[in-house]
Amino acid sequence: MTLAYKLLFFIMILSFSWPAQADNMRMAVTTSFHNSGLSDILLPEIQKGIGVEVQLIVVGTGQALKLGRAGDVDAILVHSKSAEEVFVSDGYGTHRREIMYNDFVIVGPTNDPARVAAATNVVEALKAIEETRSVFVSRGDDSGTHRKELSLWKLSGFEANKFSPAWYRAGGSGMGSTLNTASGMNAYVMSDRASWLKFKNKGELRLLFSGDPVLFNQYAYLPVSPKLHPHVKNDLAIKLENWLTGPHAQSLIAGYKISGETLFMPNAKPR
Amino acid sequence: MVIPSILPVSINKVSVRKRGKSILNDISLDLDAVGFTIVMGPNGSGKTTLLRLMHGLQRPSDGMVSWNCTHDIARTRQTFVFQTPVMMRRSVRDNIAYPLRLAGLKAAETNKQASYWAAKVGIEARLGLDAMYLSGGERQKLALARALITQPEVIFLDEPTTNLDGKSTREIETILKDASKNGARIIMTTHDIGQAKRLASEIVFLNKGKVSEHSAAKTFFDNAQSAAAQAYLKGDIIE
Amino acid sequence: MSDLWFGVLNAFRLILSFDADLYEIILRSLHVTVTAVIVASAIGLPLGAWLAVNRFRFRRLTIAFLNAMMGLPPVVVGLIVYILFSRSGPLGVFGLLFTPTAMIIAQVIIIMPLIASIAHQAIRDLWADYHDLLISLNTTKRQRMITLIWDARRSLLTASLAGFGRGIGEVGAIMIVGGNIDHVTRVLTSAIALETGKGDFALALGLGFVLIALAIAVNIIIHRLSKTERAGQW
Ligand SMILES: Nc1ncnc2c1ncn2[C@@H]1O[C@H](COP(=O)(O)OP(=O)(O)OP(=O)(O)O)[C@@H](O)[C@H]1O
Ligand SMILES: [Mg+2]
Repeated sequence: MTLAYKLLFFIMILSFSWPAQADNMRMAVTTSFHNSGLSDILLPEIQKGIGVEVQLIVVGTGQALKLGRAGDVDAILVHSKSAEEVFVSDGYGTHRREIMYNDFVIVGPTNDPARVAAATNVVEALKAIEETRSVFVSRGDDSGTHRKELSLWKLSGFEANKFSPAWYRAGGSGMGSTLNTASGMNAYVMSDRASWLKFKNKGELRLLFSGDPVLFNQYAYLPVSPKLHPHVKNDLAIKLENWLTGPHAQSLIAGYKISGETLFMPNAKPR
Repeated sequence: MVIPSILPVSINKVSVRKRGKSILNDISLDLDAVGFTIVMGPNGSGKTTLLRLMHGLQRPSDGMVSWNCTHDIARTRQTFVFQTPVMMRRSVRDNIAYPLRLAGLKAAETNKQASYWAAKVGIEARLGLDAMYLSGGERQKLALARALITQPEVIFLDEPTTNLDGKSTREIETILKDASKNGARIIMTTHDIGQAKRLASEIVFLNKGKVSEHSAAKTFFDNAQSAAAQAYLKGDIIE
Repeated sequence: MSDLWFGVLNAFRLILSFDADLYEIILRSLHVTVTAVIVASAIGLPLGAWLAVNRFRFRRLTIAFLNAMMGLPPVVVGLIVYILFSRSGPLGVFGLLFTPTAMIIAQVIIIMPLIASIAHQAIRDLWADYHDLLISLNTTKRQRMITLIWDARRSLLTASLAGFGRGIGEVGAIMIVGGNIDHVTRVLTSAIALETGKGDFALALGLGFVLIALAIAVNIIIHRLSKTERAGQW
């Protein structure tokens, strides 16, 4: 074991040649948030505003929560309310603070065999897909988006895990890869609006359905508990929370557009 | 301080078998502390195996080989020139100097000695070259220089002049005679009867894994006892 | 097909634009993998030599294990290293997760068996050549290993370069233990994965060709350097 430690020490020395930053914190965020490009706007502003370098670990909600539980990040920004509440009640997070919301959309082939575009609500749309057995690609990765999709199937009266793989394809990867898969198979898929708008490999796909309030998607910020993990940078996490919920950040979020479309609606309540 | 000699060597009822084939068959042989022994015999008679056995590279299946000291010490004071010389992936100089480097000598000293011995065997012009480029004869000369550089007490040579031209053969023979005069105990094999006549003080004649004759060189060449040796000397085919 | 052309064009555009971010990513890729190769060679080459010159009871098993380790999926290595270095893992106190150091450690584990295995094969062949001579000269095990490693250095360079190849193109492990953090742990491969995820195939391919060019450049440079060092052809 001592040899292993010597080796570790050696590797550390070798890698310390890389410059270390002073005031930085780590935040696990979901792919959908990162893919939207909003982080590219916010991160420099955070640096300017409060002098904190935020390092993003981009993962699914499931893994983000796991990183938070293990104390490997200082805060998380995710969108899966029930899981977040468990995270806080189990003592892993100090509290949950809502920041903003965006919405999910249903994307599918231009010829729309299930006539999803004609649906008046999301339940109708999903029922049509199920009825026509049109190919549907699911994230299948336990992410917030995936959990949302499962809850929507449930709302429509189905158990998604009982679907035949002949048409219901659970991919098990991030939003981008899932969209790539859907594009390749010319299939239906549920995506957050931001990922869809930023996606560059649309192929034959187009946006078919959106706007049902059930599709709204709340993002919340959760600092990791310093009681459980004394090493986390809770002071920076609080600083960041105050900044994100402050007027400057909220107006930046409201003003962020892709192709003229607003992606996120800020809804942080002042304390 | 007088270092006791590792000689004589005694081979006592040794057999060597490999893959079910008997290579040396119940051999007993005593070699004195002085002399120039040449082992002769047809191809495949077991000459190489016998030399390797004495040097400790070959374990006996039965019987034992005993030096006048332990086996570990014995090998440190011997050297072996292989029938197919081993060329290390280094320059000629580094090949010859290698045994001295192992002993921890400084590069300046080992290089000086390597140059001396390279000159002695006649490959001093090749010192800087990678050994892989050497001709067959030059390789044997390199192996000889690498063997002599440690000034060993016992030198085993397995057909050291097979690939050499007449002039080189004579030069090597002179070096071996000098070494012998200076006290080195030489045990070598050859198929060159003239060479054996020029160098040997005694002959061991092997046939089919057995010692069929062990006698003084003069006796062997003038009056060989065994039929196999007589036939071999005449150049006949031995069955 | 047109995507491929865009990729090639993009690669040139990227390299010629002298984009600071790109060069930072390239440098970090090199830093992580070169360090990992140095450490993995420092372990793997002597291990290969040791396995070649020693006969012991579980030698066959050890070699089989080493060969099997070569096929170890990087993701699994990443996961193991992640669990070890997570704050709630046994080595969490070092705080190494999501740092280049963690990426180097993961790569050492991935590369080392490959280097050791190729080294073992090369040295075993040389050992067959040298066996009689080195035994006859009464070398110690240590002297044998040093001699064999030195004389097989050209083949061993190939072993290290193979390790470099596996490391520089590896993405599964470094994504998990590095976290692909912009300006901290993002390297070429994780940037490619990111752009692919965004559906930006042209940029992803561009980065891919940069990666290939980098791997080729490193190989050429190393071979040049080792050739000029000695005139021989081993
Ligand atoms: N490892 C081995 N396995 C099987 N047979 C072997 C082995 N080593 C040697 N032999 C056989 O033993 C016999 C004696 O071999 P050795 O090399 O001692 O002969 P030699 O007298 O030196 O012959 P030459 O004059 O051709 O050099 C040969 O028939 C050879 O094929
Ligand atoms: Mg022979």
